[in-house]
Amino acid sequence: MVSNQHTGRPDMAAPDAAKAPAIELRGISKSFGPVQANKDISIRVMPGTIHGIIGENGAGKSTLMSILYGFYKADAGEIFINGTKTNITDSQTAIAAGIGMVFQHFKLVPNFTVLENVILGAEDGALLRPSLAKARKELTALAKEYELNVNPDSVVEDLSVGHQQRVEILKALYRRAEILILDEPTGVLTPAEADHLFRILENLRREGKTIILITHKLREIMETTDTVSVMRRGQMTATVKTAETSPEELAELMVGRKVLLRVDKTAATPGAKVLEIENLKVVDSAGVMRLKGINLDIRAGEILGIAGVAGNGQSELLEVLGGMHSATGTVRLNGKPLPLTGPGSDASARRDLGIAHVPEDRHREGLILDFHAWENVAFGYHRDAKYQRGMFMDNAALRADTEAKMAKFDVRPPDPWLAAKSFSGGNQQKIVVAREIERNPDLLLIGQPTRGVDIGAIEFIHEQIIALRDQGKAILLVSVELDEIFALSDRIAVMFDGQIMGVRNPATTNEKELGLMMAGITDTSALATQEASQNG
Amino acid sequence: MDFLTIIQILDSTIRLATPLLLACLAGLYSERAGVFDIGLEGKMLAAAFLSAAVAYVSGSVWLGLLAGIGASVVLAMVHGLASITFRGNQLISGVAINFLAAGLTVLVAQSWFQQGGRTPSLMGGARFEPITLPFADALSGVPFLGPIYGDLISGHSVLVYLAFALVPTTWWVLFRTRFGLRLRAVGENPAAVDTAGVSVTRLRYAAVLICGVLCGIAGAYLATGLQAGFVKDMTAGRGFIALAALIFAKWRPWNSLWACLLFGLLQAVALRYQNLDLGGVVIPVQVMDVLPYILTVIFLAGFVGKAIPPRAGGEPYVKER
Amino acid sequence: MDKMPRWAEVFLVPLISLLLAAVLSALVILAIGENPWAAVKMMVSGALGSTYGWGYTLYYTTNFIFTGLAVAVAYHARLFNIGGEGQAMLGGLGVALACLYLPLPHWLIALPVAAIGAALFGAAWALIPAYLQAKRGSHIVITTIMFNFIAAGLLNYLLVNLMRPVGSMDPATDKFPEGTHLPTLHDLLAPIGIEFSKAAPANVTFIVGLLACLVVWLLLWRTRLGYEIRAFGHSEPAAVYAGINPVKITMIAMLISGGLAGMMAVNNVMGEAERLVMNAVEGAGFIGIAVALMGRNHPFGVLIAALLFGFLYQGGAELALWTSIPRELIVVIQALVILFTGALDHMVRMPLERLFLAFRKGA
Repeated sequence: MVSNQHTGRPDMAAPDAAKAPAIELRGISKSFGPVQANKDISIRVMPGTIHGIIGENGAGKSTLMSILYGFYKADAGEIFINGTKTNITDSQTAIAAGIGMVFQHFKLVPNFTVLENVILGAEDGALLRPSLAKARKELTALAKEYELNVNPDSVVEDLSVGHQQRVEILKALYRRAEILILDEPTGVLTPAEADHLFRILENLRREGKTIILITHKLREIMETTDTVSVMRRGQMTATVKTAETSPEELAELMVGRKVLLRVDKTAATPGAKVLEIENLKVVDSAGVMRLKGINLDIRAGEILGIAGVAGNGQSELLEVLGGMHSATGTVRLNGKPLPLTGPGSDASARRDLGIAHVPEDRHREGLILDFHAWENVAFGYHRDAKYQRGMFMDNAALRADTEAKMAKFDVRPPDPWLAAKSFSGGNQQKIVVAREIERNPDLLLIGQPTRGVDIGAIEFIHEQIIALRDQGKAILLVSVELDEIFALSDRIAVMFDGQIMGVRNPATTNEKELGLMMAGITDTSALATQEASQNG
Repeated sequence: MDFLTIIQILDSTIRLATPLLLACLAGLYSERAGVFDIGLEGKMLAAAFLSAAVAYVSGSVWLGLLAGIGASVVLAMVHGLASITFRGNQLISGVAINFLAAGLTVLVAQSWFQQGGRTPSLMGGARFEPITLPFADALSGVPFLGPIYGDLISGHSVLVYLAFALVPTTWWVLFRTRFGLRLRAVGENPAAVDTAGVSVTRLRYAAVLICGVLCGIAGAYLATGLQAGFVKDMTAGRGFIALAALIFAKWRPWNSLWACLLFGLLQAVALRYQNLDLGGVVIPVQVMDVLPYILTVIFLAGFVGKAIPPRAGGEPYVKER
Repeated sequence: MDKMPRWAEVFLVPLISLLLAAVLSALVILAIGENPWAAVKMMVSGALGSTYGWGYTLYYTTNFIFTGLAVAVAYHARLFNIGGEGQAMLGGLGVALACLYLPLPHWLIALPVAAIGAALFGAAWALIPAYLQAKRGSHIVITTIMFNFIAAGLLNYLLVNLMRPVGSMDPATDKFPEGTHLPTLHDLLAPIGIEFSKAAPANVTFIVGLLACLVVWLLLWRTRLGYEIRAFGHSEPAAVYAGINPVKITMIAMLISGGLAGMMAVNNVMGEAERLVMNAVEGAGFIGIAVALMGRNHPFGVLIAALLFGFLYQGGAELALWTSIPRELIVVIQALVILFTGALDHMVRMPLERLFLAFRKGA
C-alpha cells in the first residue's frame, strides 16, 4: 500500500519492491556498561525467507534478537515490522507485532502440560476450559500442517528436548507469530531431531512465515537459509545470499582476519607421554552425555590446543581432568591411572599429583572474588605445608608469596590486600595463572586463558605458557579463540558434540579447515584439494 | 472410647484445623507463586489482635474481621516489598515479620487495654457465633446420624465453613482459571511468564496479597471464633504447623485439607488427653505436640514420597536471557 | 570496582539500618502515648547506670554473643541456621546432665565439662538438619524451624516426666550442686578491689563469650577450616574447583554453629538459674539472627551487636518495670533490625551506593 502511494501507479508496482521487509533494523546499538554488545546494526529480512545470523560466541547475536523480542531496550536505532515503525518496549508488544522467539534455554514451565504451556499468557478469558479446548484444536491443525507432533497432554518435563522445542515453536505459532526467531536451536538436539526441526522450518517458510535462525554452525546455514548475515564483535560484517557464498567464505568472515598475535616460540621437542586419555565419557546431572569417548594424549614439552565452539564438551574435559567431575574411562598421568570417581578423584588429589588447572571461568571458579588477593594466591593449594604454621594458616607467608608472584607476573596494583574483584580482568587472570604455573606442575590445564583480558596481559600470559612448555611440561589448552589456538598449540584437536573430530598440525592446517571441523564436518578433503589446485 | 467422645474429638478437630487450613491455603498461594513465607505466624497474630480489638471496641465481629485482614495485609505487603521489589531474602523477611507481630501486638494491646497484653473478653456480636444448620435440631433424635450432623457438621461459626469451602475454591482457582495458571507458572519458571508478556511482579504481589487476606481470616477466627479475645502469642506456633501442613500437602489444596485435619486431630487429642494410652503403650502429650514437625522433617528428607517445592520458590526474579 | 568504600559497607550501612529501626521504634513509643526520649534515658540509666544494670546487660550480652556467633558461623558457609533456639535448649540439657550427674567438685572443672556438654548437645541438635541439607537437600531453614519445636517438646517431656524432682510441681530439674555454681562478676572482681553488684547474674561465662568471639575469629580468618568454610560460602563451584568437599563443610559448619548456640546454656542454665527450667532460652536463639545480621557476621561485630541488644534487653526490662511500655518493645526493635539489616538491605544500600557513585564522579 505504501509503495502504491509512493509510485502513484498501483498497477505498475514491481512485485518485489512492493513487499516491505518483514523485519528491518536500522542502526541498533546496545551497551552493557563498558561492553558494546551491538554496534550500529542494520538488516532487512524479506517475508517468507529463512535468514541466518552467524557469528562466534559473544558476537552479539543473542543480544540483537533479545532487543527485537523486547527483552532488552536498544540504546539507539529503529525497528520496522512489515514496513511499519514499531516501538518494541516489552515482550508483549513484540508478541502483538507478530514476533515469536524460541530461546536457547527454553522458557517452559516444566510441570505443566503442553497445552497449558501453549496458552500461558495467551488465554482467551478468565477461565481455562475454553482456551484449552481451542488450543487443542489448533495444535492438531498445526501438527498436521507443519509436522509439529506433540501430545498436548504430555507434561513438558517428560518430553525429549526436541519435543520441548516443538512446544516453544507451537507457543509462537499459537500467538499468530509471522516472524519466528530461533536462537541456537540445534545446540541441544540430536542430528535426527535437528533434521526434523529443519523440515518444520521449511514448512513454515512455505506458508509464508519469516524465520531468523541464529547459529554458529555453518552446515545449518548452508543447508537451510536463503540469506545470511555475519556478526563479529558486535558488528554486522556482511549480509549475503546463501546461494552465492561458501562455508569457507563464511568461516573467514566469522572469525575475521584479526591481527594475529604472534608468539615467539621454537618448535616443540615432545618427550614422554604425560597424559593418556582413553574412552573418556561424562554424563551430566541432567543425564545428557557430554563426553562421548574421548581419546587423546599429551606429551611432555608440548601444547595440545583444543579448538571448538563453546559447549561441545571442552569444559567437561577440563573439569574431569581437574577433579571437579566424575567420569568413566581411563586416564593415566605419567603412566599411572588416575581415579575418576570416588576418593582420590577430587581436585586436591589432582593437585597433589602435579596437575594444575586454570579454569575457564575465573569469576565462578578460579577466584573467590570477595577474598583478598593474598587469600586467592593459594586457593586450592591452601593445604600445603608451607602455608601452615601450627594449627593456623601462615598468612604472613601467603602475603609474602603474593608479593613475590605479583612482582614476577607484573600484577597491578601490586597490593595483596586488594579484593580479587577490584582487579581488572587481565590482572585477575594473572593472579590465577601465577598461582597455577608457579606450582611447576607436570600438566597444566588451561581454559580460555585470555578471555576478557587486555592485549598487554594476553601477550604476557602467552609467554608464560610457552615458557612452561619449554621447561618440558605438558599443557592442555582449551580456547574458543582460534587465533589463540594457532598461536600457542603444537598440535590442535577439534572437539564437536563431545567427540574429537580430529587432530591437526597447525603448520599444515588453516582456519577454514578447523572451522568446518568445529561445525561437525570432518570431510575436508575437498577443501584440501581445492587449496592444492589453487596453489598449483 | 465411646461414640460421643469420638464426636467431641472430631468436632474439636474441625475447630482446631480451621485456622491451620486458612493459614495453610494462604501459604499455598504465596509459595505457589514463588514467594516463600515463614511469616504466616506473624500475620495471623497481628490479625488476631486487631480483629479482637476492633470487635471489642465496635461490638461488631465483622468490623473486627475486616481490621484483622487489614493488619495481615499490611504485613504481607512489607513481605512483598522486601522479597519482590527489593529482592531481599524472603526467609529473613518472614522472620522479621513474625517478631514484628509478636512485639507490636502486645505493645499496642497493653497501650489500648492495659490488661497485660490481652484484649478484654469478647461477648455477643463481637464474636462469631455458631451457626445451626437446618434440621440439626430435628435430626438430633436420630441415632448415629443425629449427632454427626447436629454436633459435628452443624454448629460451627461461619469462618469454619468458609475455610472448608476455600479448599475446592482454591483448587478451582489454581487449576481452572487463567489467574491460577499464571500463578503456578510464576512459581515454577517466572521467565516463562515474563517472555509470555505477563508481569511477574504483579502476579507475585497478587499472590502475597491473597496470602495476607487468608492469614487475616485465620487470625480473626482464632481471636473471635475459636476463643473470645486476644492473648499474647495466641497463635502458639500455628503458623509453623500450617507451614508444615503445606509441605506435607505437597503444596496442593485437597492435600492441605487432609494434612490440616490430621494436625488438627493431633491437637484435639493432645488437648483432651494428657497421655494417650493405646493398649498399654502410653504416648505422652508432647509427642502429639511435635508430631507435625517430625512428620514434616521426615517428609522433607524424602524418606516417604518427595516434597518438591515450587521450583522458583525463594528466588527473586531477575530478568536474563 | 567496589560500589562503596569499606568503611561505609562495615559501619554506615548497619548504622543507617539501626537508625531506621530506632526512628520507627520511637514512632511506636509515641503512638502508644509515651515519650521516646524519656524512654531512652530510662533505658540508659537502667541498663548502664549502675553495676546492677551492667550486670544484667552483660548477662544478656553473653547469651546473644553465643547465639549470634552461631548464626554468623553458619552464615559464612551460606547456611541460614534459624535453629539456635532449639540448639540452645538442648545445650541446656547437656549442661543439666553434666551438672546433675557428673561429680564436679569445683567450678573450674565444672565450667569446661558443662561447656563441652552444652556444645555437644547443641551440635547434635544441628547434626540432623545439617545432614539432611548436605545429603538429601532438605531446606535447612525449614528443618531447623521444625527442630526448634521438636526441641521444645522434648524438653517439656523430659522436665515434666523424667527430670522433675519427686514431689515438685515445677517442670524443672533440681538445683545444681554447689560445686557447679559459677562465680559472678562480683565474685571475680572483688579480689581486685572492684565493687560489682552482687545481685546481677553476669558471671564468668561472659569471659568465655569474649574468648568465643576471639576463637571464632581465629577459626574463620586464621585456620584452614575457616578459609574453606568462607570459600564454600562465597562460591560452591569454586570450592569444588579447589578440592573442598561441600558435604563435609556443610556438616562441620553446622556442627560448630549448633555447638556455639548450645554453649549459651552455660550462661543462662548454669550461671544464672542453676537448674534447668522450661523455656530457659527465652528467644535468645532468635535474637542471635538480629545480632549476626547487625554485626555483619563478624565476631567482633557480633560482640558489639550483642552488647547493644544486651542493653536493649535490660533497658527494656527497666522500662517495663517503671512505665507502661511492655518488654515486647525490644521484640519490635529486634524485628525492625532484622527487617532493615536483613530483608530490606537493598533498600538501605541502593541510595547509598548511588550517593557514593555520584561523589566519585564529582571528585
